[in-house]
Amino acid sequence: MSATIRNLEGNEACALGAIRAGCRFFAGYPITPSSEVAEVMSRELPKVGGTFIQMEDEIASMGAVIGASMGGVKAMTATSGPGFSLKQENLGYACGAEIPCVIVNVMRGGPSTGMPTRPAQGDIMQARWGTHGDHAIIVLAPASVAEAYSETIRAVELSETLRVPVVVLLDEVIGHLTETVDLSAVPETPEVWRKFATGPRAGFQPYAVTEDLIPPMPRPGDGYRAHCTGLTHAPGGFPTQVPEVATAAVTRTTDKLALHRERIESWRVQDADDADLLIVAIGISARAARQAVRDLRTEGLRVGLFRPVTLWPFPEEALRDIVARSGAKAVLVPEMNQGQLVLEIERVLAGKAPALRLNRIDGQPITPDEIADRAREALK
Amino acid sequence: MKDTTEATAFDVNSWIRQEQMPHFLCPGCGHGIALRALVWALHEQGIDKDKLAVVSGIGCSGRLSAYIDANTFHTTHGRPLTFATGLKLARPDLSVVVITGDGDCLAIGGNHLIHAARRNLDITCLMLNNEIYGMTGGQVSPTTAEGRYTSTTPQGNTEPGFDACALAAAAGAGFVGREVTMQVLGLRDLIGQAIAHKGFSFVEVLSDCTEIYGRKNDLGASPEMMLAKKSEMRPFAYRNTVDVPFRPNHLRTGVIARSERPEYGAAYRAMAAGLRGEGGDA
Repeated sequence: MSATIRNLEGNEACALGAIRAGCRFFAGYPITPSSEVAEVMSRELPKVGGTFIQMEDEIASMGAVIGASMGGVKAMTATSGPGFSLKQENLGYACGAEIPCVIVNVMRGGPSTGMPTRPAQGDIMQARWGTHGDHAIIVLAPASVAEAYSETIRAVELSETLRVPVVVLLDEVIGHLTETVDLSAVPETPEVWRKFATGPRAGFQPYAVTEDLIPPMPRPGDGYRAHCTGLTHAPGGFPTQVPEVATAAVTRTTDKLALHRERIESWRVQDADDADLLIVAIGISARAARQAVRDLRTEGLRVGLFRPVTLWPFPEEALRDIVARSGAKAVLVPEMNQGQLVLEIERVLAGKAPALRLNRIDGQPITPDEIADRAREALK
Repeated sequence: MKDTTEATAFDVNSWIRQEQMPHFLCPGCGHGIALRALVWALHEQGIDKDKLAVVSGIGCSGRLSAYIDANTFHTTHGRPLTFATGLKLARPDLSVVVITGDGDCLAIGGNHLIHAARRNLDITCLMLNNEIYGMTGGQVSPTTAEGRYTSTTPQGNTEPGFDACALAAAAGAGFVGREVTMQVLGLRDLIGQAIAHKGFSFVEVLSDCTEIYGRKNDLGASPEMMLAKKSEMRPFAYRNTVDVPFRPNHLRTGVIARSERPEYGAAYRAMAAGLRGEGGDA
């Protein structure tokens, strides 16, 4: 067996993926069901010259991650529901100040302490809108251990190159699932870094408007002596309340993601081209849907699957194209919450096809049979 | 004490971002004196501005980082010590100074203070204590003296206040000191010692909020407030003693506590170097 073929748990794969992408700082706080990410990082990071620290709370670990990244080091944290709630304050800072960082959120039952050891997909909206104010953020949703590995690598790379926080959104099943992963399936490529500021120091503007809308980041020690703040700031980095400057500052961060949408968006389809019914799902619900599609196809029912790997920004053009091309009469959205992803699907499809719901909030994954039954009913 | 010839070479303007002037502090506010003492101490300690990171929180104190010509980070309320912890661990080559206030450091950020002190990472924390939330309009803080009027204690404060230095020392801070704004040179030297200390150092500056706290409690103008604060303090002879954890009427100034414990960053790097089979260089 090749040394690159490993039996890994989803959480472990996130940690190893991050290290492979060059992450050298991790700050975390123990929380079920994500603690294994921290445990692997505490073991592996010092071996590669990185730093692990267990902070006094979730808020502190998010602050430390941003601090490390401001110092020019790739940084990540991992958490679950209640911890993710606590991280929103500093996550908003990272959005506003455009500090690269990766947050793994392994979803468990909620609200509040909920069902800590049970899976859920109830943080879909929180991952997008959890911190206050208008902001840009990327959320990736792996559906296998191999993808937990490759998508965490992609999370680090997107976060670095676009200067935006990236959330890797797992559910507890994917986090604790053990699968065989070929690490060499992710091709060896040069390490991806943020664009550091170079050139003249006099008159340097840390938030200058560049063509790609991604301002080069000053690294402490390189002589720029820049200011960084969570206050709405002008291109020079200092606070502003001038209406047009404030508008431009926030708009650039959201325009930035729109401009680079093609690099960010990722999705997978299965049997979608002729689907009468298209299932849209993420994480473990998409795994169940994949089996349901296979089963239904053997019955001659034309059912397909659209799986957004990039959850936010939602790959909306891709979904609209597939629905238009297939002529699907309806879309079915199985998810482990009371209906969050379906709201985005309804927005994207704007009445072109009805969005049917299939929800569970009992701490149990949705089964292939449940999806197949709901699909048969819809196709009657 | 530093050679005074070195002190005369200090040019405060060379440390201040001139384009950010005028500053936003109220007339008579003690924070400007603390800012001057800080940059003076940085100058005397020979700190390279390019290698200096100043991390601040939210509130009046939080705005000071923007005025210092260095790598400056104005972070979230109560969290500057957490950002500073990540920054210092990731970049041990930087000198990291935190500017915080009594609300920022002792209320919303209290947990971070005690753990930064326990961990003993090489960060200098300057807490500007003006006994009030000035930025938000003068609400009671964890250091507001008993009986004082604030916008949320209209009947007078009935809560006891923290003794921040006793708290930091009890949590393990390697260097703890306190000074009033009246004693600018003493404050400068105290901050200098804190910067030189290898480990977590904590300096409380008893600052003066004249416009809000002073007016509300009829404490007079800035000179009266500063003189009163000075006269309330116990002399340096009481150094190396630790106050009781709740704030008495008379606080001590000078070096309050000092201990030599392993600096966390160096200890971690030594462990990691050992794992990699590398030599003793931490």
